[in-house]
Parts: sequence; structure tokens; C-alpha cells
Amino acid sequence: MGERWTTVPGDTFMENYDDISSISHVTMSPSRQNNLVSLQPLSKSSYHLLTVFCTNDNIPQCVSYINQELSSMGLSSCMALSSVGSASLSAAPALNAAFELLQIHRRTMATLEDLEREQIKKSSTLDHMQMSNSRLRDQLELSIREKSGLHETERQLQLKIKTLQSCLKTEKEEVQKLQSIVASRASQYSHDAKRKERESAKLKERLSQLLVDRKDKKLAIDILNCLGRADGKRSHWKTTKVTASHEGQMYKSMLRDYEASQRSLMLENAQLKKVLQQMKKDMVNMLSPRQASCRGAGTDDSQEMLDSDGEEKTGDSSREILERSCDPAREQLTNSIRQQWRKVRSHMEKLDHQVQNQVESNKEVIPRETHEGEMERMRREVQQCKEFIHTQQQLLQQQLNTSFDDETAELLNDCYTLEEKERLKEEWRLFEEQKRNFERERKYFTEAAIRLGREKRAFEEDRASWLKSQFLNMTPFANRSRCSSTDGYSALSTRSEPETRTSSAKSQLSKSPNCTSFSTPKHTSAQSTAVPSTTELYRTLRLIPDSSSSGCSNRGRRREAGSTTDDDRDSRVKAKNRVYSGDLSIFSLGDDNSLT
Amino acid sequence: MNFSEVFKQSSHLCNFSPDGKYLATCVQYRLVVRDVSTLQILNLYTCLDLISHMEWSSDSQFILCALYKRGLVQVWSLEQPDWHCKIDEGSIGLVASRWSPDGRHILNTTEFHLRITVWSLCTKAVSYIKNPKACHKGIDFSRDGCYMALAERRDCKDYVCVFVCDDWHLLRHFETETQDLTGLEWSPNGCVLAVWDSCLEYKVLLYSLDGRLLFTYSAYEWSLGVKCVAWSPSSQFLAIGSYDEKVRILNHITWKKMAQFEHPATITTTKAIVYKEVAKRSAAGSEELSLPNITMDSTVLSNQSKYEIHPAPVQMPVVRPDPDRANPKIGVSTLAFSSDSRYLATKNDNMASVVWVWDLQKMSLEAVLEQMSAVRCFQWDPRRSRLAICTGNTNVYLWTPAGCVSVHVPSDGGFQVQSLTWHCHGDPLILLGKEQLCLCYTTTGAEDK
Repeated sequence: MGERWTTVPGDTFMENYDDISSISHVTMSPSRQNNLVSLQPLSKSSYHLLTVFCTNDNIPQCVSYINQELSSMGLSSCMALSSVGSASLSAAPALNAAFELLQIHRRTMATLEDLEREQIKKSSTLDHMQMSNSRLRDQLELSIREKSGLHETERQLQLKIKTLQSCLKTEKEEVQKLQSIVASRASQYSHDAKRKERESAKLKERLSQLLVDRKDKKLAIDILNCLGRADGKRSHWKTTKVTASHEGQMYKSMLRDYEASQRSLMLENAQLKKVLQQMKKDMVNMLSPRQASCRGAGTDDSQEMLDSDGEEKTGDSSREILERSCDPAREQLTNSIRQQWRKVRSHMEKLDHQVQNQVESNKEVIPRETHEGEMERMRREVQQCKEFIHTQQQLLQQQLNTSFDDETAELLNDCYTLEEKERLKEEWRLFEEQKRNFERERKYFTEAAIRLGREKRAFEEDRASWLKSQFLNMTPFANRSRCSSTDGYSALSTRSEPETRTSSAKSQLSKSPNCTSFSTPKHTSAQSTAVPSTTELYRTLRLIPDSSSSGCSNRGRRREAGSTTDDDRDSRVKAKNRVYSGDLSIFSLGDDNSLT
Repeated sequence: MNFSEVFKQSSHLCNFSPDGKYLATCVQYRLVVRDVSTLQILNLYTCLDLISHMEWSSDSQFILCALYKRGLVQVWSLEQPDWHCKIDEGSIGLVASRWSPDGRHILNTTEFHLRITVWSLCTKAVSYIKNPKACHKGIDFSRDGCYMALAERRDCKDYVCVFVCDDWHLLRHFETETQDLTGLEWSPNGCVLAVWDSCLEYKVLLYSLDGRLLFTYSAYEWSLGVKCVAWSPSSQFLAIGSYDEKVRILNHITWKKMAQFEHPATITTTKAIVYKEVAKRSAAGSEELSLPNITMDSTVLSNQSKYEIHPAPVQMPVVRPDPDRANPKIGVSTLAFSSDSRYLATKNDNMASVVWVWDLQKMSLEAVLEQMSAVRCFQWDPRRSRLAICTGNTNVYLWTPAGCVSVHVPSDGGFQVQSLTWHCHGDPLILLGKEQLCLCYTTTGAEDK
């Protein structure tokens, strides 16, 4: 039942709500609204009947109403009142209005939802706040309770302290009382004990008196015969003389004992003194070199020195002191020891300072004299060493010069050959490099020679062709081609002018200037190769420019920089030669190439 | 180690003569004198009653037998067996009797310490010393036999009387600064007299022969004080054992404390060797049983023991004393210097089964011997650094700096060693049982050669 109850109103409410929302945009006429309101609690069927807003009969009214409503809402009216009395509903604006209403509705729905969500959020936060509030309140209460509890315990503790303090006071009082009681009892006890003791003493006295008075018969000695004294002497009468002798004996024995103890102490003392003397001597020994070094340092020191000298004298007579062992001697000894000790201490302090200074400034604070002395010594040492080395060298040379035996000779030879070998190796290396360079150059040259040969052949062919053409030019068609070739010739002639005298090939060329104009682009180079200058050749062939070849030689020279200047000069000469030989070899190679 | 046969004795009355030739034993009312080397009976004297005390004279010629019950002293001569001497103290009673150092006088202390009677055997003369103090050790003779110090109580004050033993002349008489003098002892060189107060006050006073106070030593106040005092044989040290379980050593020049030996319940020092006596296992016994010739050991196997060395932290068995009872069993009660003054053996009463041996050169603990039962007695060999210990069981224990040994005393009835005494030359050792004695020879013939 409950469930139904809970669900059903929800449903109806939802429907109602939907319905209302569907209409809600329309502010209803009060009668209608009332109707609606009155309709809400009614059953579905009746509601259906009654909620019909528009019927065929009241369309215009409805339309006008809606129009009104729409205009009040600020929307464009959905219909045009075409004619008075009958308002016809035009579809497009109505639909627009409906659409707009729908939009509005959706928007409002969305905002509603947002608001609801927000509300839920708010409510939940509210709940949370309330909860936390209640919790905090609880906490507050708890802490208040705790606080009161603590207050209570504090109060109790204070009370306790008070009681304890009072207890302590009473205890103290008790202790004092007890102490006084103990003291009084002790005094009482001692008094009683004394009394008892006196009584007992009296009793004893009485008892002994009684015993004496009774003439105790039993108290007796029954002895067969009297014995002699253990020492065999007879006993003496008791006289004052005897008592005096007893005193004397006592004092004698005491004296004996004291003497014995004094002897032992003396012995110990003497031993200690000996140790002291030994120590002193050691100290003096230890200090004396230092004193010698700083003899002229200052007046105080010299004074001390004098003192110590005096002490040394006394130290020599240490045995005497030992035997004297009287106060002044002892004083002297102790004083000297003390002084020595002070010196040792100051020395130690000085040493400490030195060490510290060294550590601090990393400088030597050695006295100048010692420093200089040290330097002098070191210098002497160096000199000695030098001399020694010199003599050694001399000896060695002598040996070498005069008559060295085979072994040493071999050894030396070995040394020299080794050196020679090294040098040779170096030269060999140089040589190898030069050879390599030559090889390379040769290769380039052969290539160049091959090319030259080829070009020569081409030239030869050209020449042949040219001769052929000239031969053929004897024909009347030759003029045309001739004027054009003269142009080319002039251009060529300017170029080859300086070289005209040098080679015979040029004369050949000059004889036939036209060939260039006919020849291929190769032609110019071929012409230049015809000139037998090596530098020209190189430059044109772009093999190794002059500079690079000289660089090569330079390199070689640089390698030899370590050797003597004479060598250097030689090598330069050689390099020049090489260049020349290189030039020469070009020709020879060219020949070789032609041969190969 | 060899053992003689077992002889009878009563009330532990048995001693060697000072010259070391004879052995006197008392059996009920008989006195038996034997030759030490042969153990044959040389003389047999019969006293009138049960012998309470026996003492050799210094010249080994006479033996004093005190019969306290009867108030009688009988003296016997070794050279003249027929000679006899009887001293009757009469109705006044007798509580102590001793020889004077010259061996010709006998000092008898009467009951209630009324007086000391000095009997001369040379002249039959008798003299009295009045008011001797009844205390632990109220009388002491100097080592050379010249002087006797006697504690006296008069008018509730302590005095010390110094007598010349030769003719009993009162040499000095002086009051001591003590509340209740308990003991006095001459230094071995006879020049200093140590006097100590009762345990209620820690006070040791040192007097010279002529009665001057040399030094007063007090370690602490209020709690129980001195329990025992001992001079070293060299007179260099004075050892004071006290109720605070410590031994304090004073030097003989300044009389200042130079060392303090504590007796801790836990030994932490690694320098001292801790010997612990443990019973021999029956397994070991069965091995011995398998040997055919040891048959005697099998009967007393369970009593045998050995020593084990324990590493440093060792817990000693401690008995807390009852604080309500008088004379609490705590503190150092026994001190013994070895003959060369090198070692000091001590016993702390609340660790009754432990003997402590201290090295006086290093002033440190040398060894600790933890016995299975309470130590009854220990004594140093008069010639060597050798300590003999007995604990009332069938073993005798010997400690030397080299080590420690437990020896079972072979006997049929189970000889329980309750006391022991060294011979003056250091060899036979008298072991005293309840009613028996036997001699223990520590060196064999081979060793003597």
C-alpha cells in the first residue's frame, strides 16, 4: 500500500507537472487558471475532458487569447487578423511561436534542472554543514567536559600536593623529633651504660676485695721446681735504675726503628736523587747545543748560561751533594732542576711556536745563522758533487782516449753505431718520403705524357685533316671559310705571341693559325701543351701547382730542421736540384711514356 | 700430595711446636706430643680434666693446658716429663690463659675480666693487672716479645697499658680516643700500636711505643665500621676490613689510605682470574673407576671437585643479611697477608663462599675463588705465597699465583676439614676435622731433592 501511495502521487504529480509546463508559458485567463487549479486533483478522464482548451467553436477566441498572451510575452503574434471577427490562424507564425515557446520551455527546463541540481547541492552542503556543526558542537562539549575534568584533576593534585606538603612537614617534624629522641636516648643509654659500667666496676672491685679478704686457699701454684729464666739471667730487683733502663730500652728500640725507617727513606731518597741527577744531566745535554747556538742572543740568555754553567759545575759534584744531602745542597739541586726544567719547558714552548708558525705561515722560521750555515753546507755539497762528476767524466774520457779494452770499445762502438743507426734511419725515412713524392710526381707526369701523346695524335690527325682540307681548299669554295678563320687566328695570335720564339711547334702553329678555329675546345689546351715549359704545363694541366711542389719540398726541409744548419743548407740545395731533376725527369718521363 | 694417617683430637687443640719439631694434640684430657718427622708419640700427659686450651711456650719446652671449667692451668715439660706445674685460679674462675713471650710466665684472665694474673714459673711470684678490658683482642705482645699492650677500662674510659714483659713494669699508660676500644695490635716491627674502636664507629688510631698518637683514621661515619684489622708482615701496610665490604690499605709513612679494595657482587675486571669450584661429574668418576688401581676414590667420588676458570663478568653468590639482627653477616671479617706481604686474602661475610686474593704490588684483584660451600678458614704458607683454604668438606684447597687446586682428603669415614694450620717451615699442613686430624704433605720427596 505504502509503495503505491508513494508512487501514485508522484506519477500524477509528474503528469500534472508536464501538463502545467506545457501550458505554463501561457498566462491563462483567471477563469481558466482557476479551472486548471480546480482540475488538478480530479481524475484523469475528467481532466482530459475539461482541459480541452480549444474547440472548433472557440478557435478565434483561443487564437486571440494566445495572441494576447504571446504579445504579452513579447513574441510575435502567430496569426494575422485578416479580417475582423474571424481571426484565421496562419501556420508559419503559429509554428514559429510554438517553436519559440518550445525553445523557451527547453531553456527554462534546463535552468530549472540547473537550479534543482544546485539546490540539491546546496541542500547537501547544508546537511554537511549541519552535520559538521553538530559534530563540532559535540567536540566542543567534549573538550569542555575534558577541561572541566582536567580542572578537577588539577584541583585534586593541588590538594594532594598540599596534603603531601603537610605530610612532609609532619614527617620532617617527626624526623626532628625522632632525631632528638635518638639523641636523648643515646645520651641516656650512654649515661646508663656508664652507670652500669661503674656499678660493674664497683662490683668487680668488691668481688676482688672479697676474694682477697677470703684468703682463697685454692689460688695457688703448685710447681715441682722453679725454672730458670729463658735467657739464663737472674731477675733484677725493681729499682728506679731498672725503670730508667726500661725507658732507655724503649727509646733505644724506638730510635732503632726510626733509624731503620730513616735509612730506608734515605736510600729511597738517594735513589730518587740519582734519578733526578740523571734527569738533570740529560736535560743539560739536551739543552747545551741550543744554548751554544743562541749564546749571543740576549743578555738574559747569557745570564742563564752563566747560571747553568754554575749548575753544571754543581752537577759534576752531584755525588757530593748526594752525600751532603743537607738543606742548601738540596735547595741548590732542586733549584737547578727547576731552572733546567723551566728551560726545557720554554724550549718546548718555543718549538711548539715554531711548529705553529710553520703551519700558519708555511714559512721557515729558522734562525738566520743556521739557515745560512745550512745553505753554505748545501752549496759546498753541490760543489763537491760537481767536482766528483767532473773527475768521473775525465776518468772516463781518459779511459776512452788511451787504451780501452775491447769490451768497453765494443760498448762504446755500440753506442756510436746506435747513434749512427738512428741518424741513418732518420735519413732513410726522409729518403723514403722523397721517393714517394717522386713516385707521385712521376705518376702525374706519365699521365700527363699519355695525355700529351693522345693530344699529339689528335693534333696530328687534325693536321692531317687540315692539310687535307687545305689540299681540298685549292677549290674555289675556300674564300668563305677563310675570312672567318682569320678572326680566330688573330685572337689566337695575341695569346701565343710571347711564346713564338721558344718552340718550333709554334712556328708550325703560326703557319697554320686556322686549325684552332676548326679544332674542338680541347684545342687551346693542346696548343699550350705544345709549349715545352714545365710550369706552364703544370698550370694548365692543374696537376700540382708550383707552390704546392715547393711546399712539398718545404715539408721535407722542415723535417730536417732538427739537424745541423749545414745539413739544412745541403737539403735546400738538394731540393733545388730535385726540382731541376724533376724538370728533367719530366722530359725523360715523357720519353719513357712514349716508349711504354 | 701425601696424607698421613688420621689421628684423634678434641676441640681442635692441636699445634706444632714453635721450632717445628713436635706436634702436640689434645684428646679429651690427654696431651699427646709427637715427633713431626716420624709422627711417633714422644710423650703422653694426662690432665685433670677436659683440656680447653693448649699452647706451646716460645722455646718449645713447655706446653700449657688450660682447664677452664676447673679454673686450672697445667704446664708440661718436654725435656723433663716428670716435671709438672699446676696453677689454680680458685673460685674467681678462668676464661683465658696464655704464655708470656719469654715462656716463663703465664697470664691468666679471670672471669668477668676482673684481673689478669701473671704467674712466674721462675719465682712462683704472682702479680695482678687490674681492669683489663673485656674485648675482642685486648692484649697483644710485640713480635720481639719485649712489650705487651693491654686494653684497660677504667672510669668508663679506654686506656692502653704498655708493659715490659721482662719484669712486668708498666712502661706507658695512656688514654685512647675511643668510645669503646675493641682491639689493639702491634705492628710486626713493634713500633706502632694500632687501636680500633667498636663497630659502632669507624676509628683506627695509631700510637707509637711511647704512647704518642701518630694518626687517626676514619673512613666514614654513622654506619657500622671496622670489622677487622691486620698488619702486613713487613709493617708497611695496615689493612682495615669494614662493614661496608671494603678493605682499606694504609701506608706506614703518612698513614694515608693508599688503596681501597671493594668486594663487588659482579666481577667485571678482566685482570683477575675467577676460579669456581665445581663438583666432578659422575661420568669422569666412572672413567676413573675403570682404572683398576684407584679404588679408594670411588667411595668418595661425589665429594670430589675441581676448579674452572670463568671469564670476566661473574656473579658472586650474595646473601643479604638480616638488618634486625645484631652483628650482621656483612663486611670483611678476615684478612690475611702472605708471608712476603705480596698478597692479601680476604673474606666478605655476605659472600661467605668466596675468597679474594689481592696483589699488593699492583694494588689490584689477583684472583677470586668461589667455593661450593662457605669458607671456614684460610691460612698462608709461612714460607711461600701459598694459600690453604678449607670449607668444612672433605677437600682442601690450595691457591698459588700459578693456579689453584682442590685436593680430596682420602679417609674412610669422610674426613671433613674444618680448620687448618701450616707448619712453621711450610710443609706439613695440619688438617683438623671434627674429632680427627691428619697431616698433609704438599711436597713429595722428589721435589725436596
